[in-house]
Amino acid sequence: MEWFDDWALTLAVFIPLVGMALVLLIPRAQEQAIKVTALATSVVTAAVGIGILVDFNYDKSGKLQFQADESWIDVISSRYHVGIDGIALPLLILSMLVVIGCIIYSWDHFPEPRNAKAFLALVLLLEVGMNGTFVAQDLILFFIFFEVVLLPMFFMIGVWGGPNREYASIKFFLFTLFGSALMLVGFLALFFTSKQQTFDMVQLTQFGGAGIDHTTQMLIFGGFFLGFAIKVPMFPFHTWLPDAHTEAPTVGSVLLAAILLKLGTYGFVRIALPMLPDAAKDWAPWIGLLAVIGIIYGALCCLAQTDMKRLIAFSSVAHMGFVMLGISTLTDFGINAAIFGMVAHGLITGMLFFVAGSVQERYETREMSRLGGLLTQAPKLGWILGFSAMASLGLPGLAGFWGEFPAILSAYDPSAALDGIAGSSAFTTYRTFMVIAAIGTVLAAGYLLFMLQRVAFGTPKPEFENAHVHDVHVPEWLAWAPLLVLILVLGIYPNLLFDVTDGAVTNVSTLFSG
Amino acid sequence: MNPTIDYHALAPEIVLTVTVAVCLLVDLVARRSELVPRLASLGVLGAIVPVITLSVDGANRTMFGGTYEVDNYALVFKGLFLIVAYLTILVSFHYIGEGDYYRGEFYVLLLTSVLGMTVMASARDLVTIFVALETITIPTFALAAWRKHDTKSNEAGLKYFLIGVISTAVMLYGMSVVYGVSGANKLVGIREYLVDTNEPALFAVGVFLTLVGFAFKVSAVPFHFWAPDTYEGAPTPVTAFLSVASKAGGFVALITIVNIAFFPSKGSWQPVIFVLAAASMTLGNLAALRQTNIVRMLAYSSVAQGGFMLVPLAVAADVSSNSAWEGVVVYLLIYAGMNLGAFAAVIAVARRTGSAEISSYAGLGRTDPALAVMMTIFLFSLAGIPFLAGWFAKLVMFRAAFDSGTTGAVILGVVAAINAVIAFFYYAGVGRQMWFREPDPAVERTAVPTPLTLNAAMLIVTVGVLALGVYPQAIARLGELAFTPG
Repeated sequence: MEWFDDWALTLAVFIPLVGMALVLLIPRAQEQAIKVTALATSVVTAAVGIGILVDFNYDKSGKLQFQADESWIDVISSRYHVGIDGIALPLLILSMLVVIGCIIYSWDHFPEPRNAKAFLALVLLLEVGMNGTFVAQDLILFFIFFEVVLLPMFFMIGVWGGPNREYASIKFFLFTLFGSALMLVGFLALFFTSKQQTFDMVQLTQFGGAGIDHTTQMLIFGGFFLGFAIKVPMFPFHTWLPDAHTEAPTVGSVLLAAILLKLGTYGFVRIALPMLPDAAKDWAPWIGLLAVIGIIYGALCCLAQTDMKRLIAFSSVAHMGFVMLGISTLTDFGINAAIFGMVAHGLITGMLFFVAGSVQERYETREMSRLGGLLTQAPKLGWILGFSAMASLGLPGLAGFWGEFPAILSAYDPSAALDGIAGSSAFTTYRTFMVIAAIGTVLAAGYLLFMLQRVAFGTPKPEFENAHVHDVHVPEWLAWAPLLVLILVLGIYPNLLFDVTDGAVTNVSTLFSG
Repeated sequence: MNPTIDYHALAPEIVLTVTVAVCLLVDLVARRSELVPRLASLGVLGAIVPVITLSVDGANRTMFGGTYEVDNYALVFKGLFLIVAYLTILVSFHYIGEGDYYRGEFYVLLLTSVLGMTVMASARDLVTIFVALETITIPTFALAAWRKHDTKSNEAGLKYFLIGVISTAVMLYGMSVVYGVSGANKLVGIREYLVDTNEPALFAVGVFLTLVGFAFKVSAVPFHFWAPDTYEGAPTPVTAFLSVASKAGGFVALITIVNIAFFPSKGSWQPVIFVLAAASMTLGNLAALRQTNIVRMLAYSSVAQGGFMLVPLAVAADVSSNSAWEGVVVYLLIYAGMNLGAFAAVIAVARRTGSAEISSYAGLGRTDPALAVMMTIFLFSLAGIPFLAGWFAKLVMFRAAFDSGTTGAVILGVVAAINAVIAFFYYAGVGRQMWFREPDPAVERTAVPTPLTLNAAMLIVTVGVLALGVYPQAIARLGELAFTPG
């Protein structure tokens, strides 16, 4: 299967682009043909993904596989270099899976103003950007894909979004653009200060910032940090997120939560940490601090929300805080937990946004004070909400637990490299973080149960008493089933994922063990 | 003794001159016919042919004692100017044809200006640069005032004329000082003088005044104030031409003169360019944010884009390779395409709504999706969003700043990065009107179809913007070639 080895990742990235072109060529009136084409595209892309899963050498998950390295822009020494290892693989597959779910979910209910053609074209373009970011091994290529997702999401929020969509879409774009502009500045600075003058991520990782003086490293890392932290988003750069999520159409929220936020955390693990390990050590305690502030702040904000979707959005801030806490320990254990956390958060929060969208469609409101009794009116939907909420609060046996709990635990024993940076001994600082993060889980249980209670329990409010509420539709089942199954499977057997990621994570964490 | 003339090397200019003469004669016989623009466009395409044969040939051809040079550098720009001229004719065809305008003369003046540009690309001494610059500018005074029954157009022409004359005077004075001090007219001679001697302070004065003159031409802040009024008042195809071709002509002169002549005297030109770059980016953007008329917005945006283009120039002295110069060239080439596309779309929309107010773009995505898509592509490319060609222009600009690595350059790079974000806001503002808003019922729409020529121009640019965005190597290589001796 040599042919497949060379081409798999390129196919995974560009099949959606071809599909998008096809969708654009079909006249708008033939909606059925458009939907089938879009779905077929995403399924074929996922088939390539399954091929990659089958062919992937799990014993060497730390090694880049399926590499392709072709000349692209020679003049600036940037190459088309793609490859995948154990860190990126789960995220790539997650992205493919979620896109299929999103297309199926939209099947019969496109948000106003409909226009299935434009909507699906944007979803496919998003997939190009998301898949591309996870496989890029050249900084310029990474940057391109990282940015490609902005436009489709901007239009998705702005055209199909809620009442305040214009504000939310432009805010989303300006925040992320600001971050990525400085990130690009960081990339270029790294290029010119590194001896080889290369954008190749593999070489830059081996190079590890050697020979760059510490102040410059700290500044470059600062550029990376802003680019990625805004995307994650970390406190205090998170303010675009609640607006974007609240206004975005359901599918937009799902893609945003499940995949786009991961681009930021992935960037930390893939680029910021391994390329500038010295600066990473100095930055790590501050990242950890912002992470735990995010956990508590996100949770407190959740408790104050009345809008179901906004609550879930703030819960993302808190959950991504756990991921960042894991990363900031710079340990094998912590970073593994972080990647698990990314996948788990993608599945669970994706599910929660799906359910919130379905609830809104049925009741035409997300105000929790007006909702109630979902379990009596649409019991299956209610149970799915309950299941997802339990997973989100980190109930053992479901996927959320393995993202959250090890991340907290990893803060008990941060990398020895942090000694002297985070206080004379990093233990004290990080154990404080640990305690605060643990309080965050209690709050998480609080707001999620609070939401569940308001939405699902009790009896319907008088205004909806006689409303005919349809329980879960077939398209909804089809879109959700893989996510629900994975939440359960990964919860019961987390090694399924840890085994894949560990080899690759070790490459990163060894940089901080000496 | 007669100078030896290399007719092959001069072929593009000769073809253009013949075309200008033929157009004038034909216009005498057949007034206001479609024949003139057709001939003009054929002439431009005809002039591209020798540009191609010359670049295939690849040899440097020097003439007139080294004052006129046809090398890769010149050919890249000649190609650009001719393509822009062709697109401008496409864009003007119906606009000028349908208005009550002097059709023949329009194209004669347009091509004369283009002739000046092709000469500019080859000019290698102060006098030739000056003559070329005036050949570019003088026809455009008349073009800007083309709608002579419209007071705004008259105002545009007059302002442009006054500013043009003042800037010429300043520049000429500067050049004469440079000549007086260095004793050389040829750019290479000035450079040799600078290498051999310690230039007196007076030389810096000459450089400063010359650069100020150019700053007027390329509408760099604080010498930009004429641009928005002129752009708004002039017929839109002329505005497109001014903001792209005429500006590029000024830039080419600036690059040539700084790169070849002033280069060793870093202290005299670098600070000036640095300030012009930072001020143009920042003030151009801030002013663009406040505009409600799309032409004025594009005018300020082109001021800001000019600032971005000056960034590599400002740091070029500290970059060991040619990459900074290549950066300016690549930026210029990409800018020309996307800005021309944006103006073409503005003309197309104005044909429907008769308005250039940004608010009249509301709901364009519903009423005319294809046009709205193309306009979106041009605007977001100007904003530098991948993978539309504009991102690469921005990248080479940042690259030059960080290649230089001096504190000043890094600060300039960060200022540019912040400005790129600010710029997005007003470009996206138009996108927001087109896609997020309902059509405004108060705006009257006529269902006139967009003419073929206009659509062709927009389509050419769209394809170019997308292709170069995905594979920027093509244009980057062109930039590299421009500074590779043949």
